[in-house]
Amino acid sequence: MAITEQPPLELGPGDAVRYAEKPLGVFTRPQQGRGWRDWLSTVDHKRIGILYGASAMFFFLVGGIEALLIRLQLAAPEGSVLSADVYNQVYTMHGVTMVFLFIMPLAAAFANYFIPLQIGARDVAFPRLNALSFWIWLSGAIFLNTSWIVGGGGADCGWFCYSTNSGVAFSPSHGVDFYAIGLQILGIASLVSSVNLIVTCLNMRAPGMTLMRMPVLTWMLLITQFLLLFALPVITVALFLLMFDRLFDAQFFNPDAGADPLLWQHLFWIFGHPEVYIIILPAFGVVSEIIPTFSRKPLFGYEFMVFSGIAIGFMGWGVWAHHMFVSGIGPISVAAFSLSTMFIAVPTGVKVLNWLATMWGGKLRFTVAMKFAVATVAMFTIGGLSGVTHSVAPADTQQTDTYYIVAHFHYVIFGGGVLGLFAGMYFWWPKIWGHFLNERIGNWHFWIMLVGFNLTFGPMHILGLQGMSRRIDTYARGYGFEFWNMAATVGSLLIAVAVLLFIWNVVKSKRDAPHLPLPGPDPWDSRSLEWSIPSPVPVHNFDTVPQVHSRDDWWHTKYAENDEGKVVRVATAEEAAQTGEATGVHLPSPSFWPLAVAVGLPLIGYGLIFSLWLALIGALVTIASLYSWAMEPVDDPDATHDHHDEDHEDDKNEDDQAGGHDS
Amino acid sequence: MSAEPLMAEVDHAVDADGHDHDPHATTTGLSHTKLAMWVFLGSECLLFGGLISTYLLYKTRGNGRTLPTDVFDIPFTSVSSFVLLMSSLTMVLALSAVSRGEPEAGRTWLLATALLGGVFVGGQVYEFTAFVREGVAFTTNPASSAFFTLTGFHGVHVSLGIVMLMSLFVASLKGKLTQRNSETVEIVGLYWHFVDIVWIFIFTVIYLIPAD
Repeated sequence: MAITEQPPLELGPGDAVRYAEKPLGVFTRPQQGRGWRDWLSTVDHKRIGILYGASAMFFFLVGGIEALLIRLQLAAPEGSVLSADVYNQVYTMHGVTMVFLFIMPLAAAFANYFIPLQIGARDVAFPRLNALSFWIWLSGAIFLNTSWIVGGGGADCGWFCYSTNSGVAFSPSHGVDFYAIGLQILGIASLVSSVNLIVTCLNMRAPGMTLMRMPVLTWMLLITQFLLLFALPVITVALFLLMFDRLFDAQFFNPDAGADPLLWQHLFWIFGHPEVYIIILPAFGVVSEIIPTFSRKPLFGYEFMVFSGIAIGFMGWGVWAHHMFVSGIGPISVAAFSLSTMFIAVPTGVKVLNWLATMWGGKLRFTVAMKFAVATVAMFTIGGLSGVTHSVAPADTQQTDTYYIVAHFHYVIFGGGVLGLFAGMYFWWPKIWGHFLNERIGNWHFWIMLVGFNLTFGPMHILGLQGMSRRIDTYARGYGFEFWNMAATVGSLLIAVAVLLFIWNVVKSKRDAPHLPLPGPDPWDSRSLEWSIPSPVPVHNFDTVPQVHSRDDWWHTKYAENDEGKVVRVATAEEAAQTGEATGVHLPSPSFWPLAVAVGLPLIGYGLIFSLWLALIGALVTIASLYSWAMEPVDDPDATHDHHDEDHEDDKNEDDQAGGHDS
Repeated sequence: MSAEPLMAEVDHAVDADGHDHDPHATTTGLSHTKLAMWVFLGSECLLFGGLISTYLLYKTRGNGRTLPTDVFDIPFTSVSSFVLLMSSLTMVLALSAVSRGEPEAGRTWLLATALLGGVFVGGQVYEFTAFVREGVAFTTNPASSAFFTLTGFHGVHVSLGIVMLMSLFVASLKGKLTQRNSETVEIVGLYWHFVDIVWIFIFTVIYLIPAD
């Protein structure tokens, strides 16, 4: 809420001392550099990015275990690993976890870490709101998963939770309540984060960083934030209706009272289809940074890439009913949504062709990051093509609710989104941590993951076309499903091995780092601003705010054309890069209040389900924290400046460099 | 590079070290907070859009029981709508007074805005209780659930606005709401006007267009 952000609660110059003490007598204002507490109160966009990334990887393991349980259950006919009831919960929570607790926060990690760096800013527009987004997201994620313990099991209605399956009659445990409230909490986190990052992108670009000079990753993340901004309120409405139905006996999804279960499907997919692009566009952005770097060519058709991203963002709103072709929405709707679905393949195809054209004639270097990036393009193309087959309504009618759909969206989301973000991790790891990930283990990780992925989801096309339904907990012998199901299960175990290799790589790389040469500011000879500063990134990002003269500005700092028109190196990265030794950069002060606000929300959630008294306590915690936040000055007047602070006479001016530190 | 900048390049006063000495310079020229409020309100449009669509889908689904449209008291709601619209006027006057450096007048208009909003919310509470007495409760039928949810969400938005206005009022009493930070009043005003405009839609679409 804007009221908590700035004046009148900002202090005039003379007022500082009065508010230097603890605002409500609870917390001492945290200072920087106090171990683990520092992470709880941090407002540094880089640390928040790391927190997002680490938590997302944790939930990747949770969702992965759920996936393995599904595959073990289906490995052979008449599987008995899980009961039908538990199976429903496991596949539901697998979907919810992977979408809301893994891919979205992992993309948020990239957004938090790299948007400010790529536009030449010192932080995001509202650093405390940024911390708030993360803590609310984490509290929502934990809340959602506690339904296993206190809610009588996970939600069991599929991640799309269709009515009337989601009603109390068919889903009597509290799982769906946890789903409805948990996703609302996660939605608040994403909404806050999207507002914050949109303002950051629009308002905090370094001088000369015009929109059409922004790196494509930042562009795609910006479009993603707009999609989040407009998609989340729609699912929020749907979740509120569901919650009111289940907890307060409203009649929104009660067909006996004349309600229309299709309302849920429409609201859900108006959110749900843009959600697909929310998942895939960040990966597109990552790939668009990696392929030019390792092809030593500028991105082919930058404008086309940007505008096809925008086109995808717009058209993503006009295709939702292709998820509902068999729900009886009528021939005109089906025809219209068939056409719009075919059309949205056009900007996506433009992107694929531009990546290929970027590589064409380039001097390719197949590092692990590049391999993942190329695999992303290839696997996403397969998923995109099977997606086009769904736009043909008669074919879709045949395929709906079969494993063909499961194959399709895993090729898009895993093959596109997850492989793309792994590419990003290998690419930016040295920037974030100051050491490389091991390329040899990375190679094993890549190949095992690629083979395992195709072995898991490739056969599902066949299973689907043979007629195997999704969401069934087992299947009888003799339908011809045995072989490919076993293949898929073997593939899923390979993916698990690949993920373990990645974890081992993270640990081993860190352990080996002291014996290896440092990556330096720009290990890959890249193109955007984050490579013009030291690795790992200093806490204040940029010593001086860069002046941007062109697209790929950092590349043009290193290379220029000589008299004969040949591109020659004019400076090494080490010469041209900033040293990270600036002093007296004033940074936004840390705060515990974002965490405190976030603690209240799950209490409200438990309270709505179990006892309204608990909700009251949660509400009080949240409201009190919000007001304490508002009373807390943006910058702690007692805080020392960052690590190498000296007394500066022009303190005020130095302060301002933090660039809009008004959260 | 061939790219035409989409937006006019903002000339910052940047010295040789890249030090940016204009504290309020942002790329768009809008402050972060104001831009954030506009962005947030964009999101709110979709929230109310979803709720209004839900009501429109369900407005005739009475399940054989009384519909909200059967018990509407248009003259009463017209008056409370008028009160809410007038609060937008007092909001503008409050902003004008604060930005001219007249804190007392600003305070008065802030309080007036909050009071008018309070009258509206009070009217809504009265309306809700009257409807329940006449047999249209939250759980009566899909139409009533949709009606109470939509208008209830709007009422909560107005109430949050009142909380913000009263926070400004208290800040002003403490002397912390000065001409210098009148933008906060403007931003709360943006929210307040938005909530008013949403009510114009709700009143027209829900109350005035007859169910068929």
